[in-house]
Amino acid sequence: MTKDINVASNASGSGAFFKKLFRRRASLDAKKARSGYMFVAPFILGVLLIYLPILIDSVWFSFSNVEFNPSDPSTLILTNAGFEHYKSALNNQSFITALLSGLQQLVFEVPAIIVFSLFIAVVLNQKMLGRAMFRAIFFVPVIISTGIMESINDADMMSGNSGEGIDDGTGGGASDIVSVLDVQVLFSGMKIGGGLVGYVVDLVNNVYNIINYSGVQMLIFLAGLQSISPAIYEACRIDGASGWETFWKVTFPMISPMILVNAVYTIIDSFTRTTNPAMYFINNYNGPNEEVSIAMAWMYFIIVIIIIAVVGAIASSFVFYQRRD
Amino acid sequence: MDQMKPVITKETKNKISVDYEGKLSVKERLTRKLKASNTWMTALVNALKFILMMGVSYVILFPFFSKIAGSFMSKEDVVDATVSLIPKNFTFEQYKWIAIDNNYLEAFINTLLLSLVCAILQTFVACLVGYGLSKFKFKGNKLIMMIVIVTMIIPHSTLDVAMLRHFTSFDLGYIMSMGGKGLLGSIFGKIELTNSFWPFVILSIGGIAFKNGLYIYMMRQFFKGVPDELEESAYVDGSGTFRTFIQIILPLSVPMMITIFLFAFSWQWTDQFYTGLFFIGAERPWVMPDLIYEIPIHLRTTYAGKALYENVIQNTAGIMIIAPLVIMYLFCQRYLVQGIERSGIVG
Repeated sequence: MTKDINVASNASGSGAFFKKLFRRRASLDAKKARSGYMFVAPFILGVLLIYLPILIDSVWFSFSNVEFNPSDPSTLILTNAGFEHYKSALNNQSFITALLSGLQQLVFEVPAIIVFSLFIAVVLNQKMLGRAMFRAIFFVPVIISTGIMESINDADMMSGNSGEGIDDGTGGGASDIVSVLDVQVLFSGMKIGGGLVGYVVDLVNNVYNIINYSGVQMLIFLAGLQSISPAIYEACRIDGASGWETFWKVTFPMISPMILVNAVYTIIDSFTRTTNPAMYFINNYNGPNEEVSIAMAWMYFIIVIIIIAVVGAIASSFVFYQRRD
Repeated sequence: MDQMKPVITKETKNKISVDYEGKLSVKERLTRKLKASNTWMTALVNALKFILMMGVSYVILFPFFSKIAGSFMSKEDVVDATVSLIPKNFTFEQYKWIAIDNNYLEAFINTLLLSLVCAILQTFVACLVGYGLSKFKFKGNKLIMMIVIVTMIIPHSTLDVAMLRHFTSFDLGYIMSMGGKGLLGSIFGKIELTNSFWPFVILSIGGIAFKNGLYIYMMRQFFKGVPDELEESAYVDGSGTFRTFIQIILPLSVPMMITIFLFAFSWQWTDQFYTGLFFIGAERPWVMPDLIYEIPIHLRTTYAGKALYENVIQNTAGIMIIAPLVIMYLFCQRYLVQGIERSGIVG
């Protein structure tokens, strides 16, 4: 009998011990979690108190007619409009045109920027003469080609006029570096589709824009390349792999997560840029009520979200992660 | 094959420095590199690479050259077909009148203040939030990261109308569409924050200003690469989380912070969307992008090459806007690459 009690008390003793231990660990975790919340507090507060109300209002405005309250100008009067603004946006033919050309630009730019920035990052990662200087020059666009400078460059007639043929793509004809006709004549003997030739010619003529928009992507790729262990390359060299094989069998799989990141970043960057035709149209929309332009912006956003989801889904099946955690 | 001989110098008693090629001239280095390369093939490839890089650099820099050249041209040179890059009649007119008529100094000081305040706040908030997201496990960590990404994806021009309404009568956590008034609104009445720096400051503190999602993401990736042992040893020595963050983690992350600061500063400097949104009416603060839209009174002209000349004036204003940025970039450029390289961003 006494033995039983002993066992029981023993068990409860050890249980209490474990409980205590567990609680202490839990409280440490809780403490850490609490300081974690402290660190992210500015963002949480910012989102809850500022961003979310703005977001909800923006969605709400797109579904209603907004008017200022005549008796108290700090409040608004909203009347439900349903899908009216969305309908009128879809009936606006020039909006559809702008949207399509915006998406067209997206399809055109994204592969070009990714391939170009990967190529440049690979070259910049190797030892070469004047590497520091080239790096300094290549990241100038990251700093410069946003906001106001973008619109200046777009309106700049001087660089196009100096006969150097740096074209922003809107001009065409005489100042193009490569004329489509010449190239088509050159390639007509080979069995290459006209679409591909046109695409390459467009790329060459847009080289200025493509270089200017690949700054951040180059940085991300460069960071990724730096994180690949040199030991792998050494092993490749010892096994007698050529540079070409090393690139496709080592560098490319190792850099593939960055390709996904860059694809998403480029899509976002390309469609939020003020010079994007669709964005430009939405920003400069002077219709009878601005709610229509909000509705347009939301529709555009949903389309791009779908594109990002599709690209992400396709790309992530090809992405190779060295360590899965 | 010529073997390179490293220069070994003894600095102190226990320290030597080995210099492989630092003290050599460019020409010497080039010839050594050519000799060191195994075959003529590699030399050729290197030369091609160099030429290609030069070409791309040219494409990046040429618009600047043409803008700078154009900014020194007189009215006649602009339409003169024989003048391409070197002006015939050298002049400072454009610079002078933009500076005087368009109040360059005022715009410069306003923009400098605004960009400094925003960049410092945004860098610090990005550090805090990135650190919290990377080093602490708590409920909703992944959700908050998702929200960070979402704020990055939603273009702010989708929100501009609502944002303007919210800052013309500012309130906390109040949805206007619900009707009525918010907490601050019912106490203080209508709080109008447009034409001041407050909208920028508030957005920066909340970590929801322009491209702040990107900064938070970059900081998070950077802190993920910092070994946990560092903080653990600090905790063992009795330092609290916040003190550890300030005294151990922040000094480590200076290159990354400079990178973020540079991004935030220069993107705020050239920003046109937010300054155009919040600075409205006659009493607005005069900022850099405003320089472009106004042709200085003394330079207004009615002659034939007007459009082209006004373009030159705009380009000159553009140069005056970015000149401070370029100077800053030259000093910080080293840290930019360093910070990015250390971040080791992984999908």
